[in-house]
Formats: sequence, structure tokens, C-alpha cells
Amino acid sequence: MDILRIATAGSVDDGKSTLIGRLLYETNSITGDKIEALEAASKRKGLNFLDLSLLTDGLIAEREQGITIDVAHIYFSTPKRKYIIADTPGHFEYTRNMVTGASNTSVSIILIDARNGVVEQTKRHFYISSMLRIKNIIVAVNKMDLVNYSKERFEEIKTEFSKLAEHVSFTGQTIQFIPISSLYGENLVKKSSETPWFEGNSLLETLENLDNQVNPISHLPARFPVQVVVRPKTEEFHDYRGYGGKIASGSFVVGDLVEALPSGQISKIKSIEKFGKNLEIAHARESVVITLEDDIDISRGNMIVKVGQQPEAKKELEAKICWLDSHSLRVGKTYLLQHGINRVKAKVNSINSMVDIKNMTLDTEPSHDGGIKLNEIGWVSIKTSSPIYADKYNENSTNGAFILIDEISNSTVGVGFVE
Amino acid sequence: MSNFLNNSEIVNSSSDINGIFPRELEDEAIYILREVASQFEKPAILFSGGKDSITVVRLAEKAFYPGKIPFKLLHVDTGHNFPETIEYRDWLVNKLGLELHVRYVEDSIKQGKVKEESGKYASRNAAQTVTLLDAIEEFKFDACIGGARRDEEKARAKERIFSVRDDFGQWNAKKQRPELFDMLNGRIEIGENVRVFPISNWTELDVWNYIKEEKLRIPSIYFTHDRMVFDRDGLIWADSEFINKSEDEIPYSTKVRFRTVGDMTCTAAVASEADNLDDVISEILSAKISERGARIDDKRSEAAMEKRKQAGYF
Repeated sequence: MDILRIATAGSVDDGKSTLIGRLLYETNSITGDKIEALEAASKRKGLNFLDLSLLTDGLIAEREQGITIDVAHIYFSTPKRKYIIADTPGHFEYTRNMVTGASNTSVSIILIDARNGVVEQTKRHFYISSMLRIKNIIVAVNKMDLVNYSKERFEEIKTEFSKLAEHVSFTGQTIQFIPISSLYGENLVKKSSETPWFEGNSLLETLENLDNQVNPISHLPARFPVQVVVRPKTEEFHDYRGYGGKIASGSFVVGDLVEALPSGQISKIKSIEKFGKNLEIAHARESVVITLEDDIDISRGNMIVKVGQQPEAKKELEAKICWLDSHSLRVGKTYLLQHGINRVKAKVNSINSMVDIKNMTLDTEPSHDGGIKLNEIGWVSIKTSSPIYADKYNENSTNGAFILIDEISNSTVGVGFVE
Repeated sequence: MSNFLNNSEIVNSSSDINGIFPRELEDEAIYILREVASQFEKPAILFSGGKDSITVVRLAEKAFYPGKIPFKLLHVDTGHNFPETIEYRDWLVNKLGLELHVRYVEDSIKQGKVKEESGKYASRNAAQTVTLLDAIEEFKFDACIGGARRDEEKARAKERIFSVRDDFGQWNAKKQRPELFDMLNGRIEIGENVRVFPISNWTELDVWNYIKEEKLRIPSIYFTHDRMVFDRDGLIWADSEFINKSEDEIPYSTKVRFRTVGDMTCTAAVASEADNLDDVISEILSAKISERGARIDDKRSEAAMEKRKQAGYF
């Protein structure tokens, strides 16, 4: 069974939580006691209907304020696949949480209130989804009940959004539009009779049919970051030496000629193992142990790649950075750069331009104080203490991203995308 | 090597089964456990003998094979455990050749660090936190791996994979580290520690399907058995010397099983005839009550879990 990871973004006002609540409700993912708890909580709030948004807002502060602050993970499944929703906030102040939640997903559901059309928040969601190279965008035009299920209104919004897409979208991204009413469940699970003019599928049908193959990553150059060196030193496995890790991209086959980075030594894959079972081939996202024909110098943080597909060693790189911390990024300050599992020291040499995250106009001047503030996105030049073997994020997202860690607070303060 | 959890003859069954368990979750969990082994100096698995921690041990076994599990086991014993769970724990530790540390809530109470609750709902569930934090300090564990899942409860839905706790073991929901892609940042100051949740993205059903496909042995109380129980607040409570019953709560014998295993004061039973995994799974699929609905400790208030986590619970 496969897993489809979805990001939703928006505030309670958009009916986002209601939408998620409905999906859970109608796929029988909420048990009786949880519904009872919801009824009780709804009554306490003086509501005469089931407030499905209470299902997702988990923190005391969120319930108090009626907003989503942090990412919540929500699970449901159909006989066909398992779904993980990263439910993220829509407010500008929580952009970092949106980036975080969306970073592991392949589908983004962007909610639009049919009455308001494309607003600032829509642009931000779409921009961030595209920045993360999320391939599938579903624009759910919600609250159609409040515009009498008007085809004209739906088409207007579609046109408006498509104009935005001209600047923001990338080749290979698909955008689908669905008119819905999450309050009444129209076009959520089944097709609605309220929108006979709509030719597409319901939201859930659309999700069920999305192409979710890992293949695109498996066809990329093969990258295997080594997490652990497995050396049992037992009698039975006396000379055993294997490298444990999760294949970041591409696939490896027994007999492949490989290079270990940074040592540059060449060897051949002797075996690919999963808990003692030998595999002929292993693909991206699989956790395996690889053994090689020769004893060469490989330790944690090194990377095994296929000969002929080596990435470039980079000590200077250009990257787009989204800042996640209340202490701004400082030019010249030393951070720890974690690329996959490998950490090196790094300095930002210059901030070259900034994204205007409010209006989503691109290139603007760097901010006055010369830093990148919380929730801001900018283009920077970075220098690292030793080379990293990153690909361009646009070409290989799993090997093209990194985080920045503050050496003093130990916090994860930024996320970068190699250009 | 003979260190398999499998109770059956079939030793390796994982990869050739095209079962319904999403194997991606196993790959993800193994990746997380390997990061723990590499990023921390003294990591431990919090082992309760419940199905989730059994799953975590299995994943650790797979992650480092043919090497040994590089984690110690820590069990915080409330003294109110089901004997079947303790029996299972000792069997497993012996089978895999692991090092187990047990620390007792009873001792914390004797030392005056925590007060025994009294009354009808007295439980040592909250008191465990004190014992846990003491044990973390005593052994200097910098990472504690737990079997908590995000689908269990809504405060847990907000939890990170690497959850940093301060000197006092506290969880600060508003100051959580962002986790992007699969990059895990386990850097901490001395005194701080990290709780790690490798099966965060698993649901209850995923755990059961995994146990089934991996043919793992689990404690017998997960299957139907005759037990003396009594009714309280619409739940079936196991009768034991640790629970203060009122006069009208009269124990009777019936067929029950447990869906989740905390200790005897905080876990309710469900009426069930299920004596095998297939039946357990179909019961879950049609269950009218959620897993934590049978946890008496969560019923205390809507924010019970968030508050306990803030205090250092896992």
C-alpha cells in the first residue's frame, strides 16, 4: 500500500479544518468516542453543529485563539492508499511552519474562499508549494454554497489563479480546480449534484487517482548517504562491513561501479541487504545496507554514488533560503549546514535578493538591516568549510536541500534550496 | 544469529510479502533509528512491553542487522503492571541479549519525590514522569526512543520526530524545532535530552498490520481471555488490588482483551472474542471507540495529554 502525503494550508476561516474533518468523517476515520468528545466540545462553545475544526487544532493556545499555529499530522486511509495530511497554518507569521509541514508532501491543497477569490494567502501558499517543487496542486474553491454554486464565479477564480501560475508554476506541475463546499460535503467524497456543470472528480476521487510513483526519484542519479557503518565483529560476521543508509535518489544494483565521496575511491557493490535478505536492486527511499567488494575509506556522512553520475563537489553555492528563527540570518556568521545527514560549517557571504512574501513579487532589494528575518525568503551565496555533494534542488529535491543550525542555540534556523 | 522476535518457524518474511502494511513507514523508522545511534552518545528505548514499543525494538533489530541493537532499554515500572507484560519483557530482553534497566515509581514515592494519588481514580500514570526524569538523569540518557504515534491524540499530532526537552524534561509546543524533509537535528546542550518517535507516522492499524506481517510475538493480554472486571464510567476496568472500588462496583468474569497496555490503573479492557491477529485487526476496523478512548488517563480533560507532556511525559 502506498502513502500519499498532502499539505493543506489556510486558516480556520477558509474552512480548512472543516474540510479535513469531513474527509475523516466520511472515510469513517473518526471513532464514536471522538465524535462524542467533539459534540461535547462544540456544545461548550455554544455551537449547535459539530465543529469539525476542533479535531485538528490540538494545542490549548490554538483552541483558545481558533487558529492553527503548528503543523498537525492527520491520518486516514481508504482501501487504496494511506493518507498523511500535514495541516499547516496560513497566517504570514507562521510561514515557517507551512514550509516545514509542506516539505514532506507531494500534493498541496490550496483553499480559496469562493467569495474572496485569490488573496495574499493564496499567493503565498502557491508560491511556497512551488518553491518546494510540489508536483500536484489542487485548488479547492470552497464555500461554493455561499455563491449559489455559480459556474461563472468558479471560472473567474480559475482564470485569476491561472494568471498567477504563469509566474510561479514550473514544468511538470499539474494544477486541478475543484468547486467544493466543505460545510455540506459537496464534491468532497462524491460528486455533487449542485455542480452539474463541473466535469472533474470529487476531491477524494482526485486524490485516489493521483500518480504517486516514486519512479521520478528513482530515475535520478543515484545517491546513498551513509548513516552508519555496520560492523558486528561477531564470530559469524567477523569481517563484515556494511554501510547503512536510506537511498536519497536513483537506484542501486548489485555489481554497480560506485564512488565513495569525498575519498574518491572506486569499488563495486557486492550486496544490497535488508535485514539479512539480499536484494538485486534497491530504489530511492529504501533503507538498506550496502556492502562493497573492496575495503575503502567510508564513514558516516559520506556519500556513495554511481560512477558516471557523480555530483559536483561544492564549497561555494547559491541557494534560496527561508528563515525559520526569530534571530535573523546574519551575513558572515558561522552556522552549521546540514545537507542530508552531513554537517559542515558554513557562512553566508552575501544576500543577493529577497522575495516579497506578502505580494509574492520576486526580486526585491535585501532588507535594510542586511539580514533575513523570520519567515522571509532570500537568495544567498554560501561558503562551506568542506565540500558538500548537493544537486540542484530543482533537479533533485532530496539531495538539493539543507538546513542551517545555530551553533549556540542548536536550533534549526533556516532551510536552503540549492540553485 | 538467533535474535529474532519471531515466534514462528519462518524467519525472514518482511520484504517478499506484498502485504497491506506500507513498507515506506519501516524505511522511514529505520532511517530515524540510525540517526539516533549516530547523533547521540547514550540513547535508550523506553520499553513498556506494549505493542508500540515492541514494534520499535523490532525496527531497531532490523536497522543495525547483522550488528546488535545499540540501545539500552529502560522500563519505568509503576508497580501496577500486568504480569503478562513483565513476563514478555523479560523474555524479549533475554531473546535479543539486550541490557534492561528498570526503575520503580514505588521508589520515587518512598523518596518523597512524588505523592501517591488517592481516591477512586488513583493512578501512578502521572507519577511515572518523575521516575522517568530521574532515570534519564541517573543514566545520562541523551535520547529516549518511544513508541508514541501522532494519530493517538491531538497534542501528539503536533509532536516532532526529535522532540527536544529541557533540563526538566518539559515539552514546549511553541518552541519546537522545525523539521524539514527528513533532516533531523539532535544537537542539544548538556542536561537537555531528546525524545525520539520513530513510528510517529504510523496508525494503530499500521502497527497491527506490521506485527502480523512480521509475525511478532506479543503479550497474551492483547488477545481474548477470561478476566475479573467491573464497570465504571462506561468502560470495563480490570479488577486488581491496585484499584479502589466503591461498594456498588462488583467484579464479574468475562471475555476481554486489551487494545492498549498502560498499567492496570489506566488501561480499560474491551469485550472481545478475538484470539488471533486477523480478528484483532477486524475489531479495530469496526471499533466504535478509539484506542486512547480506552485510556483512563486521557479522560481527565481535553488537554490532559498536552499538560502531561509539558511536565515531561513522553
